[in-house]
Amino acid sequence: MKKNWIKKTGAAVLGLILTGSLLAGCGSGSGTTAQGADEPQAQETEAEAAGTEAADAAENENAGFRTLEEIQASGKITIGVFSDKSPFGYVDENGEYQGYDVYFGNRIAQDLGVELEYVSTEAASRIEYLQTGKVDIILANFTVTPERAEEVDFALPYMNVALGVVSHNDRVITDLSQITADDQVIVISGTTAETYLTKNNPEIKLQKFDTYAAAKSAFENGTGVSWANDNTEVIAFAAENEGYTVGIDSLGSADTIAPAVTKGNETLLNWLNDEIVKLGEEKFFHADYEATLTDTYGPEFEETLVVEGGQAAAPVQN
Amino acid sequence: MQALGIDVLFKGINMQRLLGGLWISLRISLIAVVISIVLGLALGVLMTGDNPVIKAVTRVYLEIVRVMPQMVLLFIVFFGTTRVFGWNIEAETASIIVFTFWGTAEMADLVRGALISIPRHQYESAAALGMEEGQIYRRIIIPQTLRRLIPLSINLVTRMIKTTSLAMMIGVVEVLKVGQQIIEANRKSSPHAAFGVYACVFLLYFAACWPISMFSRYLERKWS
Repeated sequence: MKKNWIKKTGAAVLGLILTGSLLAGCGSGSGTTAQGADEPQAQETEAEAAGTEAADAAENENAGFRTLEEIQASGKITIGVFSDKSPFGYVDENGEYQGYDVYFGNRIAQDLGVELEYVSTEAASRIEYLQTGKVDIILANFTVTPERAEEVDFALPYMNVALGVVSHNDRVITDLSQITADDQVIVISGTTAETYLTKNNPEIKLQKFDTYAAAKSAFENGTGVSWANDNTEVIAFAAENEGYTVGIDSLGSADTIAPAVTKGNETLLNWLNDEIVKLGEEKFFHADYEATLTDTYGPEFEETLVVEGGQAAAPVQN
Repeated sequence: MQALGIDVLFKGINMQRLLGGLWISLRISLIAVVISIVLGLALGVLMTGDNPVIKAVTRVYLEIVRVMPQMVLLFIVFFGTTRVFGWNIEAETASIIVFTFWGTAEMADLVRGALISIPRHQYESAAALGMEEGQIYRRIIIPQTLRRLIPLSINLVTRMIKTTSLAMMIGVVEVLKVGQQIIEANRKSSPHAAFGVYACVFLLYFAACWPISMFSRYLERKWS
């Protein structure tokens, strides 16, 4: 009898503790189901019991943003940037944010007359940050694509990004037609370069690598006649390594890089568009390029990369 | 030295930034560890009981933790709660919640395993010697359980410290992220800085985890 009594009291006390911890557990558990709405991994594991909560989430998923007036009234703007993508967004040795995107971010805060807080974002979380209103603007080298435009609102562009092809100096490819049936072109799997060449130039033989590092060393060892990737990457590669030339610096559909705000945040979007047009008059982004990108890309790619006043360059050849 | 990127560690306030990052990693993991151990001990004892409801619920909880990658949990707590409830949880708090959620489940399972590994005859012999229930637990079962538990839980603790690097996905600038920032900021001037910086990050993690290992060894020796 005595034994039982001790067991029961113990169980009761622990039961209370457990209830507490389970309640906490349930709290975050129910978040799971709603998150499943656009998080494929979560959806797979948490398929059960989505139902009403997911519907609620869809309704107010973009409700979190702050309008221009609210930002100005609060006296502070939050901007999401990369903190490890030199030379676009990075942190220098004094702990200060620097780079092409950051140069623009600083100007935005200055012209709004508010304090500025940068948030370090990763490529995979940029859209989430906007949709939950945890940042006001994303300036993290965000390439405009139709898929992303459904999730967030892009302002006018401030940079071009296209594909580039780098070759060894002894045989510089300046046009895709120079690539013969015996040549191989290196690409990284899953990049726009791979998609573009597979679709538009199926006759070119591709040598595919999974990582930047593998592609780079294969190219250096002479595996392919040239290497196709984002033009910013190949230009930087040629600038940093001896013996290579970027023969084609913009290929394919020229994409642009633009600031993004939470979908529906019209006051902030309009202000940003006006700002970008206005900054075009003083050639702001050229100054930005000269301050932040010349070291990496040299002066000769300024016109290729910079978009001034929101006017994206004319479509490129090919 | 320059080729290995040791010099970039001493540029500006880089070293200070790395140490600051380590402090953030440790703060997140240690708070989570302390809460996890307390809750995990309690939950683990409960899991060895006979109540079918508790068994079922803890089973589901444990499976959720096992199946869900920690990164998904981080996204759920940081972004999901804002979407659904409108809560604006700080990134660091969100990390602590996730690591506690994970740590408690694993700790509880370790406690449960350690408890059921004590053979039945230990209880029976103690009872045969005339010990009461309380005495049996205090003198026979708990000391043996703890001894089995220590190496296992130290594993969990060091794993939690190392996994805090995932918190960078929700904007927490912890030690590994600072390391990556330093490497990237110096990509042009010292292209091989990755070696020196990652070596330094390794040493910092080591400095954080080593004392914990030593402490566990001390406890094992003391209680053996």
